[in-house]
Amino acid sequence: MAVEQSKIRNFCIIAHIDHGKSTLADRIIESTGTLTSREMQAQVLDNMELERERGITIKSQAVRIIYKAKDGEEYIFNLIDTPGHVDFNYEVSRSLAACDGAILVVDAAQGVEAQTLANVYLALDHDLDIMPVINKIDLPGAQPDEVVQEIEDVIGIEAEEAPRISAKTGLNVDQVLEQIVEKIPAPSGDVSAPLKALIFDALYDSYKGVIVFCRIREGSVRVGDPIRMMATGATSEVTEVGYFGAGQFIPCDELSAGMVGYLCASIKNVGDTRVGDTVTNSARPCSEPLPGYKKVNPMVYCGVYPADSARYPDLRDALEKLQVNDASLQFEPETSLALGFGFRCGFLGLLHLEIIQERLEREFALDLVTTAPGVIYKVYKTDGSMIELTNPSNLPDPSEIAYMEEPVVSAEIMVTSDYVGSIMTLCQERRGVYISMEYIEATRALIKYDLPLNEIIYDFFDALKSRSRGYASFDYELKGYVRSELVRLDILINREQVDALSFIVFKDNAYERGRRMCERLKEEIPRHLFEIPIQAAVGGRVIARETVKAMRKDVLAKCYGGDISRKRKLLEKQKEGKKRMRQVGSVEIPQEAFMSVLKLDED
Amino acid sequence: MGQAMKNKELELYIHIPFCVRKCQYCDFLSFPAGEDVHSAYVDALLREIAYYGPHCFEYTVTTVYIGGGTPSWLREEAIEAVMKAVRRCFVVSPYAEISIECNPGTLTERKFAVYREAGINRLSIGMQSTDDVQLKHLGRIHTFDQFLRTYETARAWGFENINVDLMNALPRQTVEDCIRSVRQVADLGAEHISVYTLMIEKGTPFYDLYKFDAVKQHAGMKPVALPSEDDLYRMTKVTEQILKEAGYVHYEVSNFARRGYECRHNIGYWERDNYLGLGLGAASLMENIRYGNTRELYAYIGGTEKIKEVVVHNEVTEDRGEGEFTYLDAVPATNLHVSAERITRKAQIEEFMFLGLRMIEGISRQKFERAFGVPIEAVYYEVLTKLQEEELLMKRAGRVYLSEKGQDLSNYALAQFLL
Repeated sequence: MAVEQSKIRNFCIIAHIDHGKSTLADRIIESTGTLTSREMQAQVLDNMELERERGITIKSQAVRIIYKAKDGEEYIFNLIDTPGHVDFNYEVSRSLAACDGAILVVDAAQGVEAQTLANVYLALDHDLDIMPVINKIDLPGAQPDEVVQEIEDVIGIEAEEAPRISAKTGLNVDQVLEQIVEKIPAPSGDVSAPLKALIFDALYDSYKGVIVFCRIREGSVRVGDPIRMMATGATSEVTEVGYFGAGQFIPCDELSAGMVGYLCASIKNVGDTRVGDTVTNSARPCSEPLPGYKKVNPMVYCGVYPADSARYPDLRDALEKLQVNDASLQFEPETSLALGFGFRCGFLGLLHLEIIQERLEREFALDLVTTAPGVIYKVYKTDGSMIELTNPSNLPDPSEIAYMEEPVVSAEIMVTSDYVGSIMTLCQERRGVYISMEYIEATRALIKYDLPLNEIIYDFFDALKSRSRGYASFDYELKGYVRSELVRLDILINREQVDALSFIVFKDNAYERGRRMCERLKEEIPRHLFEIPIQAAVGGRVIARETVKAMRKDVLAKCYGGDISRKRKLLEKQKEGKKRMRQVGSVEIPQEAFMSVLKLDED
Repeated sequence: MGQAMKNKELELYIHIPFCVRKCQYCDFLSFPAGEDVHSAYVDALLREIAYYGPHCFEYTVTTVYIGGGTPSWLREEAIEAVMKAVRRCFVVSPYAEISIECNPGTLTERKFAVYREAGINRLSIGMQSTDDVQLKHLGRIHTFDQFLRTYETARAWGFENINVDLMNALPRQTVEDCIRSVRQVADLGAEHISVYTLMIEKGTPFYDLYKFDAVKQHAGMKPVALPSEDDLYRMTKVTEQILKEAGYVHYEVSNFARRGYECRHNIGYWERDNYLGLGLGAASLMENIRYGNTRELYAYIGGTEKIKEVVVHNEVTEDRGEGEFTYLDAVPATNLHVSAERITRKAQIEEFMFLGLRMIEGISRQKFERAFGVPIEAVYYEVLTKLQEEELLMKRAGRVYLSEKGQDLSNYALAQFLL
């Protein structure tokens, strides 16, 4: 089934979060009849349970659609959905590499947002043609003309012909389909050349092994072909090729240059497949691999431990499987005195951390304990060497430290003028350095700050949203490292240091953080038979203290006419509570307490 | 057969689920009902007694406890009929302890007369507080004065074994309030005093009022109306001290008695003796099989019209009980039961400990060994050692018992014995 390249359109949809990207994708799929409306569920592409619940796209998804255009020809659309959140830029970048063009969705009421710009620049980096679409024109606050003007002014692309649609109602979606044919370029690439395919995603299936999502740049691949992964060197034989139906895999005979699809090759070892790698035919290899992706490094680290230490191997297995299609996830084994065996994991951001944590808990039924997230600090030692510190416990003795550096990001915050004051206050509180502010419109400003990454990884996003009543949007990128006065805050419970509770903090904030941490832990740690001092210390000096009083009275009430089952239940509940505790010295600490640092800025 | 076989002992519990008005804190199986319901219920009870009596021909009844609800609210003829049926259908020891729960405000001289005549020799009077304001807030139907009159009338009718129920840790109660009311109770000279801490139970009006307070109290924070944990601690300490000085023996976590007047029926529960529960929602323990009667009034009444043996399907829980029973050694599972489970050895051991240790004198090593065939250390070496180190538990003269501190923290200590 040879398809002419001129009849293929590979594209993605990019947008700021909530601007209606997934809804438009649904409408496109629906109006081309790929799914009957009976099969149609809201947001078809958001496959993961988690994505539907949160209403966000985390993983890229792909779907193939057949569209009969007004010129009477049938076209094959390969639509690749991309995540919108700042943490998942990396995923966006992967998807873009498989496309030839991008639909830019802009909300007619909210206009261009920071994330919109970030994604457009990413798309331009990949030499994609950009086709703007104005969405949500049915909203009362819609100002399509202003938004068209804004796109032209701020982004600098021509937007006069942009379809003005409502993805929700389906209004004018047909114009989008026609413009895809007209404005998105057809793929190119020599079909007869040796196979050269880019892996843009992968997932693990317990029956088929690793399923590789790829864009064929040159040549073709069919069942039985011997293939080789150019970076890892792994070889195997293709057992299935196919394309993406909505929510399902549809096998076909062959994938050729310009097409987007998947291949399986009974690859059992998940480490053999790397997103960004190039697949070629091992009998007739191409000379050079495709450029692949810029490797994205994790910015946030935390310890992840199984609540039940016997499940450590399960956790390792689960992390390996998640890593197949999430190369940005990194992990290495570590040991904590308090938590036992676990992993130090690296994430793109706090949302990424939460997503991974939830996926581990849901998809792999693991109960986890995670420690306070931190960033990578550079520790310059007096002997001239430098270490990159991801686990606070590994901080060298202060006498060996010449100085330390922490990562700083350039943050762009777009906010309506009413909230400029409170957002600037927030940034100052977080040790931000003011860079600039410009008004994009009379009522909207773009504020730029340099912020230490460790000030934004916990709850900055939430604070931003609450102080702007949800109107601020935020994007950041790593700027570099700056020298900073940092100390490790240690927590002592009943005079024993608990390694999993240590964290690195800006020196001037140590007292306040230590005090709040002690207060928080006092609430989290149940009373024991003895008094428990909780202390925060920096370099052996105690800077804050709270006490958990000893328990004095804990008695069961009367017997209900010989019905002892209630008594048993009460005692069982008491015992069950213990299982969720971690023993540190003679003190039992609930697992939630290890997350305390995350909640320091609440209430 | 005959006399020689009747060496096994049995306790009877008879539940009367009716009360004039539901108290604000009460989550017992009790509710108001009209007199026609009372009599239908008593008829059902008589049928249940008649059914089980013959099955228990090998047992001698050593205690009878008529509890509620408020059994004294029933017409005296009803209690008379119940006791007659018990004596007709079971072998009742001439020395049996026969108790009835009664509430001030439901008793008449004639009721006392009939109770005496029926062989009831112990009264348990629900006083709960000596403070009228508290009594009203608790939703009780009587004043302290009414209680005193009831108490004196009972004495006048010759009742020589009387228990008085007292609750502490009431909302807005101070330690001084508590001292005053414990003194008042001690001065009465009752043979037995039960002192309970008010528990805030789900599904009661008090739960809505005080649930947050209860959590705070338990967490050692400062509650608004309920006494703080420290005050609660002081209350129990002064209660123990006052009653001890007045000559009472503290023999169980919540119970005090003059020597020789300890409640044999309740001790039977803690020592896991055989007991047969009759009436709505009543629980039984017969030769390590636990039964539960239905808690639905009309299912119970209707069910007694034709009591028959059935297979009781239980929810099978891990380590506890088997799935179903048809005929059990002692008494059969019937259509009145909603649960019947054979208690596993593990659960028997656990119960032996967490029930037995409620007794101030604790448990006997010998009894443990006789019941389970191994020394107590074979099962609980680590637990005993840990609790001893924590000064919650003591061992002496062949007994294992909770220290004073262990009694204060019995919830914590007893939970350790779950295997």
